[in-house]
Amino acid sequence: MINYFKLIALGFITLFAMMGANYARDLAYLVHALIIVAVSGGLFVWTLRRVGTTVTIPQDEYFDGVVRAGVIATAFWGVVGFLVGVFIAFQLAFPVLNFEWAQGFANFGRLRPLHTSAVIFAFGGNALIATSFFIVQRTSAARLWGGNLGWFVFWGYQLFIVLAATGYLLGGTQSKEYAEPEWYVDLWLTVVWVAYLAVYLGTIIKRKEPHIYVANWFFLSFIVTVAMLHVVNNLTIPVSIWGSKSVIVWPGVQDAMVQWWYGHNAVGFFLTAGFLGMMYYFIPKQAERPVFSYKLSIIHFWALIFIYIWAGPHHLHYTALPDWASTLGMVFSVVLWMPSWGGMINGLMTLSGAWDKLRTDPVIRMMVISVGFYGMSTFEGPMMSIRAVNSLSHYTDWTIGHVHSGALGWNGMITFGALYYLVPVLWKRERLYSLSLVSWHFWLATIGIVLYAASMWVTGIMEGLMWREVDANGFLVWSFADTVAAKFPMYVVRGLGGVMFLAGAVVMCYNLWMTVRKAPAKEASLSVAVPAE
Amino acid sequence: METYSLLREFADSWMLLFLFAFFVGIVFWVFRPGSTKEYRDTASIPFRHDDKPAADEEART
Repeated sequence: MINYFKLIALGFITLFAMMGANYARDLAYLVHALIIVAVSGGLFVWTLRRVGTTVTIPQDEYFDGVVRAGVIATAFWGVVGFLVGVFIAFQLAFPVLNFEWAQGFANFGRLRPLHTSAVIFAFGGNALIATSFFIVQRTSAARLWGGNLGWFVFWGYQLFIVLAATGYLLGGTQSKEYAEPEWYVDLWLTVVWVAYLAVYLGTIIKRKEPHIYVANWFFLSFIVTVAMLHVVNNLTIPVSIWGSKSVIVWPGVQDAMVQWWYGHNAVGFFLTAGFLGMMYYFIPKQAERPVFSYKLSIIHFWALIFIYIWAGPHHLHYTALPDWASTLGMVFSVVLWMPSWGGMINGLMTLSGAWDKLRTDPVIRMMVISVGFYGMSTFEGPMMSIRAVNSLSHYTDWTIGHVHSGALGWNGMITFGALYYLVPVLWKRERLYSLSLVSWHFWLATIGIVLYAASMWVTGIMEGLMWREVDANGFLVWSFADTVAAKFPMYVVRGLGGVMFLAGAVVMCYNLWMTVRKAPAKEASLSVAVPAE
Repeated sequence: METYSLLREFADSWMLLFLFAFFVGIVFWVFRPGSTKEYRDTASIPFRHDDKPAADEEART
């Protein structure tokens, strides 16, 4: 019965998208309408062929198919995102790479948001969805709620990524950092996100464990907060239903404040809370010992979510934003240092008594260095949010370096660690194909990040100092072009760091592929739940 | 009083007090007597049901 409603809905969507393709006012909208025609039309045929068949869902096993798909998508989008990042890094060093024939599509301005969204939302988002689905089932001792709704979340999210990425290249963007997709893509993401929340909450509600494990608290706060941020920051009115252009309802400085309330909490809840959920599951599992202090994890959780939400205004020092608001943001950013380091200590100290594993297990080494980078960038961040420091660092490459030590070091490394843990478990393999390849990945990535962060510190502070240098008569000493010329060597070093990080990710993909293909299969264990003590 | 001032005043006073008291309450709650034993059990949740969901009759092992 439900299939008939699906067919009717898919038919209407296909028809509407065809009208959209016909009436489209701009190229991005036209291409998106055609993508939706292809997807919904294809789904229509696929559903039609399955009418009458009944699907039974086994309740006595975990829903791991969607997690496997998520692992593949994470690795794939990771390599794509890193590759685009390396390319735009060299575009900055060698402007000739902004090819004349690709002007308006593949120049730096179009590719940079593509890189940002590919690594944050495609790589990071898929990692979050996959690991959260894996963790919530294991820690609730229950199968994922909602039947095949998990598949809808996965494929719906991939469609969002494709629409966002093609939109950026074709000019369909509302030019808000981390929130570039236009109104109809935003609406689609809202639908997918509500389904994600439903699946996640449903699983927690039907859990067999009396307690909700701390990782689920972090994932849940990530899902709920991102929903709130996304909706408020994207309250736009489309100019036409047949075009991608829309106008935001917030005026002027309010819009800026809402944008950075969104932007900083995208960092706080997408890239921090969600990934802390990963940390609180995978580090104990890989170290084979429970988290260092469960009490600290609860205080860590509440302190983090109570404080992060106020830190956004530090992105708007010395702007039209009132002083009290930017001071509030600055103070909360500095206070935020404490919960951040509380979480870092909790992650690191989980290894206490098992530090020898650092020598023998490169996967845990990866997780530990990710927590180390988390500690480092959550120290650097509060420092840069102080108004006096910000006057030097803002608009310089220091900010880029800070973001990348957090994103590559913390988010990237913990995701790599999670993938190395997940692939043998999900494909029922005894072990990884090669631990020495994991070590290679570890060193390539680590040295790559060090080259990246160090060159951005040098070039950022240098250009900050050059911009403010005045001579005895009060005239500026340097023109903007002088700073660009001075930054060239550091830009090349940064690009090389990116190449190393990308190479590490490719080594990981090969290793994971060979794990599935070649590593010995795990013997069917008795799969009896093992008592805790 | 216009909406902005009203909300601003509320946020500055009662809401701030509520959030602060809530947080302090959590810290005390975490250290309540008997919590150590309970949290030791909760912290070992990831090590229980690796392969398949818990059956209905076994509440927990």
